[in-house]
Amino acid sequence: MNREQAVADLTNVMSKFTAYIGKRLPTDVTQKLGDLREKEVNFLAKEVYESMRQNQEAADKLDRPSCQDTGVIQYFLTAGANFPLLGELEEILQEATAGATREGPLRHNAVETFVEKNTGTNTGSKIPWLDWDIVPGDDSVTIDVYMAGGGCTLPGKATVLMPGQGYEGVAEFVFDVITSRGVNACPPLLVGVGVSTSAETAARLSKKAILRPVDSRHPNDNAALMEQLLTDGLNELGLGPQGLTGNNSVMGVNIESSARHPSTIGVAVSTGCWAHRRGRIRINADMSYEVISHQGFKL
Amino acid sequence: MKKILTTPIKDEDLESLTAGDVVYLTGTLITCRDVAHRRLIEQGRDLPVDLKGGAIFHAGPIVRQKDDGEYEMVSIGPTTSMRMEKFEKDFIKQTGVKLIVGKGGMGAETQEGCVENKAVHAIFPGGCAVLAATKVEKIEGAEWKDLGMPETLWINKVKEFGPLIISIDTKGRNLIEENKKVFNEKKKPILERINQQIGFIK
Repeated sequence: MNREQAVADLTNVMSKFTAYIGKRLPTDVTQKLGDLREKEVNFLAKEVYESMRQNQEAADKLDRPSCQDTGVIQYFLTAGANFPLLGELEEILQEATAGATREGPLRHNAVETFVEKNTGTNTGSKIPWLDWDIVPGDDSVTIDVYMAGGGCTLPGKATVLMPGQGYEGVAEFVFDVITSRGVNACPPLLVGVGVSTSAETAARLSKKAILRPVDSRHPNDNAALMEQLLTDGLNELGLGPQGLTGNNSVMGVNIESSARHPSTIGVAVSTGCWAHRRGRIRINADMSYEVISHQGFKL
Repeated sequence: MKKILTTPIKDEDLESLTAGDVVYLTGTLITCRDVAHRRLIEQGRDLPVDLKGGAIFHAGPIVRQKDDGEYEMVSIGPTTSMRMEKFEKDFIKQTGVKLIVGKGGMGAETQEGCVENKAVHAIFPGGCAVLAATKVEKIEGAEWKDLGMPETLWINKVKEFGPLIISIDTKGRNLIEENKKVFNEKKKPILERINQQIGFIK
C-alpha cells in the first residue's frame, strides 16, 4: 500500500469510527446501565431509565447520534514510536473529525474563542484536541475517541490541596463537585479523579481515568480502596438518573495518579454522563484495525 | 393515563400540577437557549416568535436539511437549564411562556417567575435525543438562523412529547433544589466514614 492510500484509508476508518461512537455506547457502559436499571426501585428513576433504553434502541435503529450534543471531539493517542503514519496522525484526525461531522451528522460544536464564531466543522484551533503518549519500540497506535459534551464537561474542576488536607481533602473535593454540579451532568456518572502534583497534571489524569473501563481498578491497593469507597459513598447519596433521586448516583469512580511534590496534592475531577460516548480502536502498522470498546462493531 | 398538555397552555392547565408529576406535550415546542435569552433580556430585541401560552425547549438539536429544502429533526435533547437562570424570570414575564422544558433544575428566581406568572419548568431525560426527535412530527419554521444550528429557534410540531417531569410547579415547589438539600445533608456522615479509612499519609 502506498503512503497516500494508507492515509486515505485510515482517515476513512477514523471518520466512520468517530461518527459510530456517537450512536452506540461502549459495551461496558451499556452493561453497567443495564445493571443499574435492574436495581432501581424509584418511580421517576425507573421512568428515566426506560426512556434511556428506548433512546439507545431508536438511535441504533435509525442510525442517529443518541444525544444531540456530540461534544468537542478529543483523541487520546497511545502511539508506538514506529507507527508508520505517526507524523500524519494529526492531519488524519482533523480530517476524520470533519468527515464524521458531515456523515454522522455531528452537531457543530467548535466555537473559535475570541472570534466567537462557530466554525461549522467541529475543527478549529487545536480542536479536535489531541493528547499523546508515545510508546518506544511499538509500531501500532491505540486511539481513544471521546465526545466531550457540554453538560458533562461543565462540572470539571481542578485544585491544589495542601498535604495537611490529605486524601480526606481529595474525598471532600470529589463529593463537593458531584453534589453541586454533578446533578446537572446527566447521572449516573462515570467519575474520573486525578491525584497528582499540580492542577493541570491532575486534570489530564482525571480525563484519562474516565477512558478506562467502568469496572476497572487502580493497580495500587490504597487507590483501589478509595475508588470503591467513593463509588459506594456517592451511590449512597442516591442522586438517581438526572438527579431525580434513585438507588445509585454513579456508574463508578476511576482514579489515575502520578507522584507529587511533597508540598502539594493536585486533584481534579472530570465526569462522563450516562451516555458516555467513548471508543477505543487499535491500528496496526499495516493499517488493519481492531475495535476494543464496542463488541460487534461494523463499519 | 397520560396527562397531556396542549398549546396554547392556560393557567388552569398548570395549577393542579405538582413537582414530580409526569406530563406530555402536544402542539408547538420552540427551542430557545443562551443567546436567544440574552438578545431578548439584555439587548431588548423582539423575539421573532410569539410565546404567549407557549412552550420552549432548552435544546440545541442536530437538524438535517433535506433535498426539497424541508428540515428534518435528527436528534434533540435538553441542555442544562441552569445556564438560563440569569434571564428566565424576566423571560417568563415578558413572553408569557407557560412551559419551560430542559435538563436539571433551575434556581430561586425562575421559581419566583413560575409562581408569579403561573408557569412550570419540566425535565426531559437528558441524553434521550433520538427518543425526543421521534416525537417531533414536523419542523414548521426556523428563526434567528444566524445563531448557527444549536442556537437557532426551531419551531417544532410535537405529539405527546415526553416524559416531562415537573421540576418547578406554580405553587413554589422546586424538585431538584429539594433533592440537592437532601444530598447535601447526607454528604457529611458518609464523608466522615470514608475519611476514617483513607489516612494514607502517616
